[in-house]
Amino acid sequence: MLKKTLACTIALAALMAAGTALADTKDKKIALSNNYAGNSWRQAMLKSWDKVTKKAVADGIVAAADPFTTSQNQVTEQAAQIQNLILQGYNAIVINAASPDALNGVVKQACDAGIVVVSFDGIVTEPCAWRIAVDFKAMGASEVEYLAKKMPDGGNLLEIRGLAGVFVDDEISKGINETAGKYSQFKIVGSVHGDWAQEVAQKAVAGILPSLPEVKAVVTQGGDGYGAAQAFAAAGRPTPLIIMGNRQDELQWWKEQKDKNGYETMSVSIAPGVSTLAFWVAQMILDGKQVPKDLTVPFLRIDQNNLEANLATTEKGGVANVEYSAEDAAKVVAGK
Amino acid sequence: MIGRRFLRQALPFLSLAVVLAAIFFVQPRTMSYFGLNLMLQYAVPIALATIAQMFVITVNDLDLSIGPFVGLVGSIAATLLYDDPVLGMAALLACIAAYGAVGALIHSRNLPSIVVTLGLSFVWLGISVLILPTPGGNAPGWLKWLMAVQIPLVPFPIVAAIIIGGAVQLALMYSSFGVIARGAGGNPRALARAGWSMLWTKVAMYSLAGFFGVLSGLSLLGLTTSADAHVADRYTLYSIAGVILGGGEFIGGRVSPMGAVVGALTLALAGSFLIFLRISPDWQIGAQGAILIVVLALRAAVTLGEARR
Repeated sequence: MLKKTLACTIALAALMAAGTALADTKDKKIALSNNYAGNSWRQAMLKSWDKVTKKAVADGIVAAADPFTTSQNQVTEQAAQIQNLILQGYNAIVINAASPDALNGVVKQACDAGIVVVSFDGIVTEPCAWRIAVDFKAMGASEVEYLAKKMPDGGNLLEIRGLAGVFVDDEISKGINETAGKYSQFKIVGSVHGDWAQEVAQKAVAGILPSLPEVKAVVTQGGDGYGAAQAFAAAGRPTPLIIMGNRQDELQWWKEQKDKNGYETMSVSIAPGVSTLAFWVAQMILDGKQVPKDLTVPFLRIDQNNLEANLATTEKGGVANVEYSAEDAAKVVAGK
Repeated sequence: MIGRRFLRQALPFLSLAVVLAAIFFVQPRTMSYFGLNLMLQYAVPIALATIAQMFVITVNDLDLSIGPFVGLVGSIAATLLYDDPVLGMAALLACIAAYGAVGALIHSRNLPSIVVTLGLSFVWLGISVLILPTPGGNAPGWLKWLMAVQIPLVPFPIVAAIIIGGAVQLALMYSSFGVIARGAGGNPRALARAGWSMLWTKVAMYSLAGFFGVLSGLSLLGLTTSADAHVADRYTLYSIAGVILGGGEFIGGRVSPMGAVVGALTLALAGSFLIFLRISPDWQIGAQGAILIVVLALRAAVTLGEARR
């Protein structure tokens, strides 16, 4: 009871603050320390940061919000970069980290220097930092839950995984397999690695298809749905229900199918705009708000009814995105 | 004449002074105990790796595996050394012995060191991934304490750099072993004729490289507090660049330990300088390369003048 009241109070306070009294942080400086910029997701992430923070600076909410990216995704480089940011007098540092553990030393130094550290996506484990984590396992589970509702009769599933040996791939796959185990009507008849890329996924699916019985649905990790659809079409097999991953080409294909024959599916992934959520969280902490140390990013899910709206706002070759406002961030913090 | 020779030896120190002055100018906040401490901390493991590389370059070889080796040491120290100090120490000693054995192999089979060490870099990386499949582990308490130690007046990294550089300078430039070691790089045949064992000289130099590689890994772990197999991949290039920047040459025997340490500090500071200037990451590597080229061009100019006289 007390907890609930507390949460409500925080939410209320945060909402009010978001609307009115943000002036407290107007002379504070926030930096983004990013370890990698080499794919479309990261580029979208930086673009979102740029858009939202430029406006925040122009509105006088914070004094500066500068992004810094290391060139080679190296822990030591990012550690040196963060030390330099400490020296430059930033009040908060938002981090997408190259390693969950190896930056702990420098993160502790930043905390000791009185700097607020917020990590997101690639989080750090140092207890003094805030974490905005992605529950990839729940993302995998949500795909199977959707299928269970959609196909009560069940059937055979094909799983397309990501890049072998990467933490994210393991988590999503675990979520999919554990949940599929709960529903006896589903059977995963095949599993291939699509490396989150359409061409790789297409080749992998084309390779395994001849050995498979009828496939009712394909569970994916994002970036592989369109390739899977192409492989099924090329093999002359009926198109199964393919879960999509918010990429523009996937949404485009889905839209075409929907217009043609009422094709139904859903699409889920993490919005690159999560960087802006981290920005607002840092700003709220600087503003003296109570924010729990561990937050979870909501997924960006696209369904039959909001497909067109999302497709319209997604750039060609890009990823569906949402940018967070101060109000949205306050809602996430309050756990809604 | 003395002027030019002096100039050549002073060049690494001059470059360091220029980079340092530029940093103080761009970001005056760094001109403090706290600032220098923070900026130079990560230069300590780089300096140690550079010294390790220097030992190998002294005998006219090149070590392309020092980066992954430092990562391996970190992985061992964060797991074995933390859980069981005796076992951990034994594993680290085995690492040094392995380095010595590599020296023996390269010498006795007359293999190109670049090929052998390039191959080994994957072996070191593989072993560290086996020991520590995902980043993690803990730094032993004494290591964390050592790297966070606060000395009055002068920041710890500067003291450490002077001690490391000074000790190796004494050992390599002023001892009889040092003369043989440098001779082994400069003119191995002459030394072999004079009755010195080239095999043991190489083994000793490679073991020393392994020893300093271990020190580098330990100091890096003390800073990061937990390990990652890929933490030091960049060190291979940093260490080679540091040796060359500090006045060493690839011909063998021509090295300068103090210069190598200064070269490592310069490289580390150059990185900070570029961040302070807010140069986009796409340009940073290029800019770092440009600094290297400028220093080497200056040295070439000085050396050319020397030869003309």
